[in-house]
Amino acid sequence: MTIAKLAAAAAEIRKLTITAIESAGYGHIGGSMSICDALAVLYCDIMKIDPANPDMADRDRLVLSKGHSGPALYATLAYKNYFPKEELKTLNQNGTNLPSHCDRLKTKGIDISTGSLGQGLSLAAGVAYGSKLKGYTNTCYCIVGDGELQEGQNWEAIQFAAHHCLDNLVLLIDYNKRQLDGYTEEICAPRSLAKKLQAFGWEVLEVNGHDVEAIRNALLSIKRVKKPYVVVLDTQKGYGCSFSEIEGFNHYMVVTPDMAETARAEIDRRHHQ
Amino acid sequence: MNEMLTERFTLDTIEMRAAYCDALIAAAETNPAVLDVEADVQYSMGTKRFKERFPARCINCGIMEAHAIGFCGGLSAMGYVPFFHAFGVFATRRAFDQVFLALAYQDMNVKIIGGDAGVTATANGGTHMPFEDIGLMRLVPNMTIIEPADSAMYATVIPAMANTYGNFYVRSCRRKVTKIYNKDATFTIGRANTLTQGDDVAIIACGIMVYEALKARELLLTKGISARVIDMHTVKPLDTACVIKAARECGAIVTAENHNIIGGLGEAVCGALARAYPVPVEQVGVNDTFGQVGTQDYLMKVYRLTAEDIATKAIQCIGRKQK
Repeated sequence: MTIAKLAAAAAEIRKLTITAIESAGYGHIGGSMSICDALAVLYCDIMKIDPANPDMADRDRLVLSKGHSGPALYATLAYKNYFPKEELKTLNQNGTNLPSHCDRLKTKGIDISTGSLGQGLSLAAGVAYGSKLKGYTNTCYCIVGDGELQEGQNWEAIQFAAHHCLDNLVLLIDYNKRQLDGYTEEICAPRSLAKKLQAFGWEVLEVNGHDVEAIRNALLSIKRVKKPYVVVLDTQKGYGCSFSEIEGFNHYMVVTPDMAETARAEIDRRHHQ
Repeated sequence: MNEMLTERFTLDTIEMRAAYCDALIAAAETNPAVLDVEADVQYSMGTKRFKERFPARCINCGIMEAHAIGFCGGLSAMGYVPFFHAFGVFATRRAFDQVFLALAYQDMNVKIIGGDAGVTATANGGTHMPFEDIGLMRLVPNMTIIEPADSAMYATVIPAMANTYGNFYVRSCRRKVTKIYNKDATFTIGRANTLTQGDDVAIIACGIMVYEALKARELLLTKGISARVIDMHTVKPLDTACVIKAARECGAIVTAENHNIIGGLGEAVCGALARAYPVPVEQVGVNDTFGQVGTQDYLMKVYRLTAEDIATKAIQCIGRKQK
């Protein structure tokens, strides 16, 4: 896919994310908006998937460990026609197939259920290890938040994946510098994620997480070198429209129809600049 | 006496963990999806022979139970049937949120084997002595919980587990225990084994307490009391039909477990009876306290888990029957 089309897809996924959260009236806007560009690149250009055959055995998988960013992944799946875009308006409604946190038993296209932070990378390691045992050549992608890396289980999984040379596992860190209660730097500073991952034996790439070309090039450069890869996505929490970018507490916000309309127009305007 | 029972109760000739490993290897021979996942207690859990037989199907995660459970969830998502081995405290208490979310919540297919049930942890003491693991696992929706009374169950139950989709917790111990069953005994997951008939009181036990219940029955016989002994090897889902039948026919129930009386077999039985057929119940078990170091015999006396304790509670319970 061309870079222009990828950028258009990212803008569309952002607008669909806003629409989903608008329908619920509130939601995890900050962490959803920060990963839209990475999701656009993964699902539109990188991952070996078939929305018409979502259970394809040797497909690539995605584990969205920061499961509260489900709305962005649902928007991506709807954009790829896993289910009708209209269904996004059922986000968090009673009886919905689109709960706030990802649920593989409810949503077509969700590979692993997540929501209790810090667990996704272990599941992704299991998927990657199992894929190798099956003889597949697929890749398992896992997105974690930078705040989420405070959970110790991540570092168990990081150590494990390096030891077992899981070169079919790619970790993407949404390095948006913020967590629910504020800035990671103030709550528990991550220091250098790149140096830490390198020390654990991972191959590390660092890119602008809102530049689809940079993300795409990084993901395409990944080689099977008997090491797992991590892509540190330098992102901004709430990125894409003013109201969520400037809000001090943007982890979880009320989104009114007026705010949503303004945001969608702004996303279009920025995209066409 | 039931034809499944051995004629003389003697110490088994095989360790529990060796019988388990034989069964796991047998399951893996016929089911290529079976994997062995370890957390650095493979020597203790007795599965080294699995690794020798199937080196590519054994993954030792090291000392990271939380990760190991999540890893098993990922393997299950790829169609594998991981059997995860750790001491009971670490398999359940340490990794509870992982068992809940990475396995049960998303309907995975993982078999957790928790070693050193209750007082069988002996010299490892309070940190390693699970009196709470059944309670924790009972709270996990759809979790099947099994505690075998001796090694006889493994040969049929482990291959059956491998071929039954769902998450299981097996509460095991490693050493030799008193042989309860003969070689022709049969087991069905979720169906209790009534080992002896009797109509004055029913003793419902699991794990090492089944033998204590059989000894208690002998003590009670000398006092003219006939006790029914039931091996409730599947704690969840509970065989409520068997429990209610025992309540109807005996009118008094004693439960016996190597576990806290809070959250364990006794409470499960009480819940079933309260809903369907209330009769007097007495519980033999650990009374809301922690483990400690000691020999198994010593600890069973300290925590009042002996045949004598069961017999005493049985007499108390019979005394509470409505005349």
